[in-house]
Amino acid sequence: MKLRRVSVCMIALASIVITVAMAAEQPKAGGTLIFAVGETPPSFDGHRETTFAMLHPLAPHYSTLLRFDADKYPKIEGDVAESWTVSRDGLTYTFKIRKGVKFHDGSLLTARDVKATYDKIIFPPEGVASARKAYFAMVEKMEAPDESTVVFRLKWPSASFIRQVASPWNFIYKADILAKDPRWYEKNVMGTGPFTFVEYVPGSHWVGKKNPDYFVKGRPYLDGYRAIFIRDTAPRVAAVRAGQALIEFRGFNPAVRDDLVRALGDKIRVQESPWICNMTVAINNEKKPFDDVRVRKALTLAIDRWEGSKALSQISIMKPVGGLMRPGSEFATPEAELTKLAGFGKDPEAARKEARRLLKEAGVPEGFAFTLKNRNVKEPYEAVGVYVIDQWRKVGLNVTHLPQEGGPYFADLRAGNYETSIDFNCDFMDEPDYQLIKFISSDKSPINYARYKDAVLDELYEKQSRATDPKERLKHIRQTEKRVLDEQAYTFHVLWWYRIIPHWARVKGWPITPSHYLNQDLRDVWLAAE
Amino acid sequence: MAEAVGTAADVKGAKGSLPGWLEISLRFAQQRPLGAAGAVIVLGMALAALLADIIAPGDPQVSNYALMLRPPSAEHWLGTDSFGRDILSRIIYGSRTALLIGFTSAFFGATLGAVIGVASAYFGGRVDLMVQRFMDILLSFPLIILALAVVAILGTGTMNVILAITIPMIPRCALVTRASALAIRETPYVTAARAMGFSHTRIIFRHMLPNVMAPYLILVTAFLGQAILLEASLSFLGLGVAEPTAAWGLMLRGAAVEFAERAPWMAIFPGVAISAAVFGFNLFGDSLRDALDPKLRMG
Repeated sequence: MKLRRVSVCMIALASIVITVAMAAEQPKAGGTLIFAVGETPPSFDGHRETTFAMLHPLAPHYSTLLRFDADKYPKIEGDVAESWTVSRDGLTYTFKIRKGVKFHDGSLLTARDVKATYDKIIFPPEGVASARKAYFAMVEKMEAPDESTVVFRLKWPSASFIRQVASPWNFIYKADILAKDPRWYEKNVMGTGPFTFVEYVPGSHWVGKKNPDYFVKGRPYLDGYRAIFIRDTAPRVAAVRAGQALIEFRGFNPAVRDDLVRALGDKIRVQESPWICNMTVAINNEKKPFDDVRVRKALTLAIDRWEGSKALSQISIMKPVGGLMRPGSEFATPEAELTKLAGFGKDPEAARKEARRLLKEAGVPEGFAFTLKNRNVKEPYEAVGVYVIDQWRKVGLNVTHLPQEGGPYFADLRAGNYETSIDFNCDFMDEPDYQLIKFISSDKSPINYARYKDAVLDELYEKQSRATDPKERLKHIRQTEKRVLDEQAYTFHVLWWYRIIPHWARVKGWPITPSHYLNQDLRDVWLAAE
Repeated sequence: MAEAVGTAADVKGAKGSLPGWLEISLRFAQQRPLGAAGAVIVLGMALAALLADIIAPGDPQVSNYALMLRPPSAEHWLGTDSFGRDILSRIIYGSRTALLIGFTSAFFGATLGAVIGVASAYFGGRVDLMVQRFMDILLSFPLIILALAVVAILGTGTMNVILAITIPMIPRCALVTRASALAIRETPYVTAARAMGFSHTRIIFRHMLPNVMAPYLILVTAFLGQAILLEASLSFLGLGVAEPTAAWGLMLRGAAVEFAERAPWMAIFPGVAISAAVFGFNLFGDSLRDALDPKLRMG
């Protein structure tokens, strides 16, 4: 009897503890989230911009048709779309729009707004920039048969279409505004997102406040948010350390993480994730001696990526070794297969010996000098530049490092005014259509700066993009990877990035994802008591 | 004056068999110990730059990832940086970068400035007026701002950094040498040269410029310290020489800031090197000015 009483008491006590613990983790409404952003937005238009500096302060004002479920990435869920269906031939996608979704001016969102938005993205009028037009090449047309239905008709079945509709860049705009001025959104804000616009002071801050009419009940939890713009890393870190900013969503390197943890202890929570970004060496295939595949192959063979991963992951945001698709993603090449590609093997001495042999065979003399252009941004460009130069020195190459400001750096890449250059690629999702477009012929890809044409790669890209059978798609991806990285060594990745977000533990409801473009609408974020 | 002569005589008497340059050096050290300390620092830096290949314990650009962020030890006296490179080697080779950029910029800046200043004073009138107003415009920009503007236009790299530091030096030297040249212009030998029909170039280069050598030399030494500081500042801002080149300002940048708590030696030693170099050049320059200026000559 006594034992039973004790047991009952124990269970009751445990229940209370669990209840209290659960209550402690129950989302709490109120408060203002202050976060730091490393750059200022070039414009306010999500359809034309490609930088997080636009997305981080502006995403909370907007909704998209679909969205990635941050807790279960890469699962997709509806945002303003309530549901969607795909025809059996994979050519027709029908989206049902939620009812009662209101723009911040009080007007109702309809299928017409969604259609107008995607018209601007896929078929932009002359003079209107759309950064993602090329990715929707499979779309033939859109229709809005009634107020709550949008239909996309495709030219061919696409493996990536549904994921592209979940792009965080595809803000839903108001059709009437776009009809009057398709560039209105470059300088103005008006969406259906969880926060309304309050003010923007260039170079200083961006403020949003809770949208009381937001279509998801009980959201957002926050009263508002304030994005503060701090360009340099050191003051940005100092802002987080001092609690002037509770989080920075792009990511810090391990040294910063360790310093913040050491300084703030359990007040800081660290979230880490692989990152869909990588550092690439672009080789100008038109310039001698880089037009010789033996030279290009020697350049990639000389780089010991495994040692680089160990070393650079201690001082920068780079870590995973991978091929053309993010390591760990469903499309990634298994390590056993990856190590067979030039430059990805685990015997650096043998690789360097082979590199020297190839250079000699190609007639490249010992101490051959050339330049490696780079972006004048410390993290992670400088570290990878120094590493690559050090690796190339080991095979007798004498490389001058030439960091440039953003404008001249991109201008030189685009114009082919370089011999070798550090390049990068960041995407919002693991999707071969996105990650492989960099490697099709330069005249077909706006982001392939290596200046080569390869009909085989173009064909492989088309095949993988249209393959509805995952196995067949993977086969084309592997073939592409082998051709790009090994057989032709046109251009090659060095390391993939690794995302580290040390933030104040008070910030809740924000799970990290493999992209700093995702999960930025802040609708589920809440602040625990101090 | 008598005291000064007496001192010199004492030194000469005591070290009668010493070579002339050593005698002058000893006299300089005795009269201006701070200047001598500066000269020792400058000499040490120059020797480090010249003999870097011999005295540096390792290659400043070779990374050793097994030895990243090691504190000072018997093997690495000043520790290693975030790429496992020996900091002492990088400081020694960094003196080469500092001197190369500092000396080249100071020399060309002062020389061009002297030529412009003397020519401006010689021609006088409208030429002088226009040249001086242009120099005033350049002078209205702080040194670092003008250097930043030049780098922003030309881009980074050693040659561009030299140019970026040279340009702001020109008006400063032109102003000082013009003042000296204005007095020289009125001297009888310049008037005589004119009367004899010598060309302007000959009068400027053979008769006037050699007579502004004293302020010129002082300016070169003064500019050297400034140029080293400017190079370090530009490199610190990421606008000077680029990694993996060993340069003091560059060593203070980036990782040194990020690892300030974990590896403070990464920032301390290059910082000390910059401070010592600038201090040395300034002390030496000030003493040289005092020694060469008859009005300030001791005794």
